[in-house]
Amino acid sequence: MSSSEPAVEHVLDTPFFHRWLTAAAASVTRDAARLTELDSAIGDADHGTNMQRGFAAVAEALDKERPGSPGAALVLAGRQLISKVGGASGPLYGTLLRRAGKALGDAEEITPQQLTDALRAGVDAVAQLGGAAPGDKTMLDALLPAVDELAGGGSFTAAAEAAEQGALATTPMLARKGRASYLGERSIGHQDPGAASSALIVAALTEAVR
Amino acid sequence: MKMLINVAESVVSDALRGMAASHPELTVDVENRVIVRKDAPVAGKVALVSGGGSGHEPLHGGFVGRGMLDAACPGEVFTSPVPDQMVRAAAAVDSGKGVLFIVKNYTGDVLNFDMAAELAEDEGVQVAKVLVNDDVAVTDSLYTAGRRGTGATLFVEKIAGAAAEEGMPLERVEAIARRVNELSRSFGVALTACSTPAKGGPTFDLPAGELELGVGIHGEPGRERRAMMTSREIADYAVHVVLEDLPPENPVLVLVNGMGATPQLELYGFAAEVHRVLGERRVAVARTLVGNYVTSLDMAGASVTLCQVDEELLRLWDAPVRTAGLRWGC
Repeated sequence: MSSSEPAVEHVLDTPFFHRWLTAAAASVTRDAARLTELDSAIGDADHGTNMQRGFAAVAEALDKERPGSPGAALVLAGRQLISKVGGASGPLYGTLLRRAGKALGDAEEITPQQLTDALRAGVDAVAQLGGAAPGDKTMLDALLPAVDELAGGGSFTAAAEAAEQGALATTPMLARKGRASYLGERSIGHQDPGAASSALIVAALTEAVR
Repeated sequence: MKMLINVAESVVSDALRGMAASHPELTVDVENRVIVRKDAPVAGKVALVSGGGSGHEPLHGGFVGRGMLDAACPGEVFTSPVPDQMVRAAAAVDSGKGVLFIVKNYTGDVLNFDMAAELAEDEGVQVAKVLVNDDVAVTDSLYTAGRRGTGATLFVEKIAGAAAEEGMPLERVEAIARRVNELSRSFGVALTACSTPAKGGPTFDLPAGELELGVGIHGEPGRERRAMMTSREIADYAVHVVLEDLPPENPVLVLVNGMGATPQLELYGFAAEVHRVLGERRVAVARTLVGNYVTSLDMAGASVTLCQVDEELLRLWDAPVRTAGLRWGC
């Protein structure tokens, strides 16, 4: 679906990552009530609150510390999430960004391919930490299709669409990880809040493009 | 839903300020959310650190003090604490003899305590971890996050705390904590849903004439919903499923635990029924504790935890303890 669209920018610099994470913070804040409502159906009604708190800290830290490379920006954001969010989301999202940031090293500019590889490393780390597989009704169900789309040369818009579709596809799934897993059959029919917030973060990539 | 709060955002900080004001024997770091016994680090003693989401009080902050925990790390309501809290707590209580993390088996708690253990070890603190997973309501451990940590947490914290107070080394305290968890099983029921301050109302829907059998301490669903039962019928069901999972060969400690909104009057009535069933099943009771200890905000309901004890574990259970939530012998 993405072949006719222009590919992503050729060079991604530190300001791009600053814009991405700031846009992610804004959309998490904008959709906090929706995330909490999703979490209220199959969790404990705090996902929006926790993500909002975490990403507010990310935006503040980026403004204050002004990291000098894309990798440093992601590592800083990951550390903030680990320190501020709590629950399972904090370590999982924190690990996603931290691992991706580490994969980028200290290059001041990176290619879309390097970003894709770094996100792949981050998503793999999330899968390992949480022990989840695709189809378990988790954030992976939104993140993996997005990374696959980017790896196939898709645009950020296409990746955002893939993540959104992936998040919506968690609705009929049976939860097998985290607190929702205790619901068993009763988890069916509700979208996974983590997949929903993952789709927001991927979608924020499109807002970072100049 | 009316609540005795100022604003939802500050419930945890407000409670910590209250703990600080009420318990001068504790050092309460309200900003960083760490509760530490004032005499920490205690020379020559292994330190115990636990924590978890808030809303289960007196667990864990109410169990900080002589003979139990050295520090507790409260998270947001029903949200596990962040690694920074446990790293700070470990640094504050480590006497050089090492620190035992007591972790209830929830995905968030496990991940955050794992990260904290790595970071604390980087700072030169020797850390051991014990996972509490006593809830027999979870029958399918393969396709869920596994059995949850509930009432047995109190037994683990009390007995391992006494072992540490006696000067036992880290590997011995860890082994005792692990043994207590392995010898404990719990089962809980909810008569009403709990309400989180952030939501301002019930977090799940439990019809008036029904109860949830096998509920978790965040209102996670259990084995089944049934039409409301009597105290006698609930005790029959709960004790049966606990004994089915772990038929005791030794006398047991019994915890009849309230979920937060069930009055002591009802809990003692329930304790009578629990004792009756245990008697019928020829299970000897060594000690019984009745009250609200591992709660779920304002949920009505109760849980039963049994822990098989030998002479050593019973001696450690009886050892002096001086905390806000549990106090005897000193």
